[in-house]
Amino acid sequence: MQRSAIELQKISLTLGNRLVLDDINLNIYEGEFIAILGPNGAGKSTLLKLLLGLYKPTSGKIEILGKQAKKGNNEIGYAPQHRTLEADLALRARDVVGFGLDGNKWGISLPNSSRTKTINTALKEVDMLHLADMSVGKLSGGEQQRLLIAQALLTNPKILLLDEPLSSLDITHAQTIVQLVTNIAKNRNITVLLVTHDINPLLSSVDRVLYMANTHSAIGKPKDVITTKALSKLYGSPVEVINTNGRIFVIGEEN
Amino acid sequence: MFEILQYSFIQNAFIASFFVAIIAAVVGYFLLVRGLTFAGHALSHVGFAGAAGAVLLGVDPIFGLLAFTIISGIGIGMLARVLKERDVTIGIFLTLALAFGILFLFLYQGYAEQAYSILFGTILGISTFNVFVTAIFSSISLLILLFLFRPLLFSSFDPEVAQARGVPVKLLGVVFLIFVAITVSISVQVVGVLLIFTLLVGPAATAMRVVKNPYLTIGLAICLGIAYSWIGIFIAAQTNLPVSFFIASLSFGAYLVVRLKEVIS
Amino acid sequence: MLALLNQQFIQYAFLAGTLISIICAIVGYFVVLRSQAFAAESLSCVGFTGATGAAIFGASSLVGTFFFTILIAFGFGTFGKRIKGRDIEIGMVLSFALGLGVLFLKLYTSNATEAVGILFGSILSVTASDLYLSLGTGTLALIILAVIFRPLLFASIDPEVAEARGVPVVLLGLIFMVLLGITIAEAILVVGVLLVFALLIAPAATAQHITNRPGVSIFLSIALGLLFTWGGMLLGLFFHTPVSFFIAALAAITYLAIIPLYHLISPHFYVSKAHHGREV
Repeated sequence: MQRSAIELQKISLTLGNRLVLDDINLNIYEGEFIAILGPNGAGKSTLLKLLLGLYKPTSGKIEILGKQAKKGNNEIGYAPQHRTLEADLALRARDVVGFGLDGNKWGISLPNSSRTKTINTALKEVDMLHLADMSVGKLSGGEQQRLLIAQALLTNPKILLLDEPLSSLDITHAQTIVQLVTNIAKNRNITVLLVTHDINPLLSSVDRVLYMANTHSAIGKPKDVITTKALSKLYGSPVEVINTNGRIFVIGEEN
Repeated sequence: MFEILQYSFIQNAFIASFFVAIIAAVVGYFLLVRGLTFAGHALSHVGFAGAAGAVLLGVDPIFGLLAFTIISGIGIGMLARVLKERDVTIGIFLTLALAFGILFLFLYQGYAEQAYSILFGTILGISTFNVFVTAIFSSISLLILLFLFRPLLFSSFDPEVAQARGVPVKLLGVVFLIFVAITVSISVQVVGVLLIFTLLVGPAATAMRVVKNPYLTIGLAICLGIAYSWIGIFIAAQTNLPVSFFIASLSFGAYLVVRLKEVIS
Repeated sequence: MLALLNQQFIQYAFLAGTLISIICAIVGYFVVLRSQAFAAESLSCVGFTGATGAAIFGASSLVGTFFFTILIAFGFGTFGKRIKGRDIEIGMVLSFALGLGVLFLKLYTSNATEAVGILFGSILSVTASDLYLSLGTGTLALIILAVIFRPLLFASIDPEVAEARGVPVVLLGLIFMVLLGITIAEAILVVGVLLVFALLIAPAATAQHITNRPGVSIFLSIALGLLFTWGGMLLGLFFHTPVSFFIAALAAITYLAIIPLYHLISPHFYVSKAHHGREV
């Protein structure tokens, strides 16, 4: 339907002496919202790092927006797994967001109004403008997460990679973030890859689901991929999927 | 070579260091297990100010050490949880203590010599009076710690369960630090404020990597501490070089050997 | 009093003191931000060994300090991740280093005054060659800091994203460590091994308690550092008491006083009540 944003052909990756990814083939189109699921250690974060050019595949080809994957690609925005910052860290929310704009450039940022404006716009987009001058460490987990998203958006990327943004949030707040990301993705026509443990907050927003387990992957609509049959095949061992009240639960995957 | 052993100053050094090594091994073991090695470091710095203040007042430095370290030890014990993360605040506070230490010493004539001896140890010049003080404090501390041994061990490894079983964990914590203070004070005479780690932590840290049983660990630590001290004193007496250097080298050397053995196997 | 300022040694002292406290303030800002106070403490102990060991090679103690702190700093920078949490190991190594320092001291200087100078500062006896060396390396360090400022800040707070954006995080960490080594060697010159914390950490820590705006914070660190250094030198000269005592006392007391004071004066420094406890 549209152009390809991310294409992986026969990708394999060995880290140390562990085979993490084996013969992964997938094609993600521009503007798609993809949830990446799978048990711990399945290689979800590793896949993101591959796309960011932080790892080189052992074999296979990666193309991002028609070009080779490389480090420091401004077309990709990345918000890593959030870690709690120290409460008394002396930096403002707007400073952390500002890194996304020019944190990687040498020298010092001289205060200028267009820079401030760009940062304010990003803060507004994630509804954090009113907390812009607050010390970062004093913000809640969800607020810090929104800052990371704002930071990732500053280079006007075409692809957004979010690593477990919902992990430390309860269901209501997770849904707020999902809504935020969905709106941003629609407004900016961005391709979003969001790593998560629980598909349920995302069921109404995702286009497709990428399930990773056992060094392999399966991609497709949730109703096609998250089934007892499909996942058991992927895992190579019995896994059961339960659909109840419009929510999906996967049992037996952490073996 | 062995004639020097008949001199009383050497005998004093041997006796005092013997008592220091024993209590340092016991206290050091618990410091490691409780993650409080920074407290030993902190108390020795504070002790410096105390010792210097005592010198200024014309009093034996050991009393200044004891006074300042015990008070600070109680303070650390009560504020332990608050202090654990605050490196910067503790560091700055210690710096202030050291600064006052120099001031006190400066105000006393001939401060360079005194500063040197408090910072790096004066075991070879220890007076008979101080040997007595050391022996007494060490023995009493040891007896009390023996009495507190089991609950202290319990609360070090499993504070929540210990609390539930009626062990006064917080009180024990404060009392423990008083003994850390005493140990630091008498250890300073042997190796000085700056090298306190070598006798307080070194033997216990090395022993812990060789044996796992607490009693054996402490026993081994005591032997190591005595060995480092006596060998150090002996060689220093022969070569006229600083005792604390030899103790530090032996302490580090043994630790290094044990770590290397672990890495290789 | 003004007549004093005509004395060469005083001029040297003020020149060196000024530059060194500026660089300490900026490097110290990052040390506090990156929570590397322990590394700083370690490097200053190592400086003692370098200073005393320098006598073996007939070099000035400043050169010896530089050499050794930079060497060890390089080691810290290279083994960076593996060092975290290894307090005991580092403590043992440091004690040995200090022990060596004591040995060197005994072997090559027969008086304890030299030791005291290294331990507690010797800014009032800084020689011309030391002055030029510290001005030269200090200026170089400042230039490097200005160039790496942004990526270093980014890497210090958000290493993963920085890496993804092409910032050489590991390399910058190494460069910073070496800069720290240089800074500490210079700080030792002013306040001595034992009081480095006062010059390196206190101004920056105080500033970071007061404000969270990077630009203002650094400016304030520098201002405080200069205040402590000049104030310390003037008081020391006036009372004929060690300069380092006054610098350290001013720095430490200011920091320890500011914390409770600031909590009392500005409640809006904290997250407002409506905010507290909200998850998102």
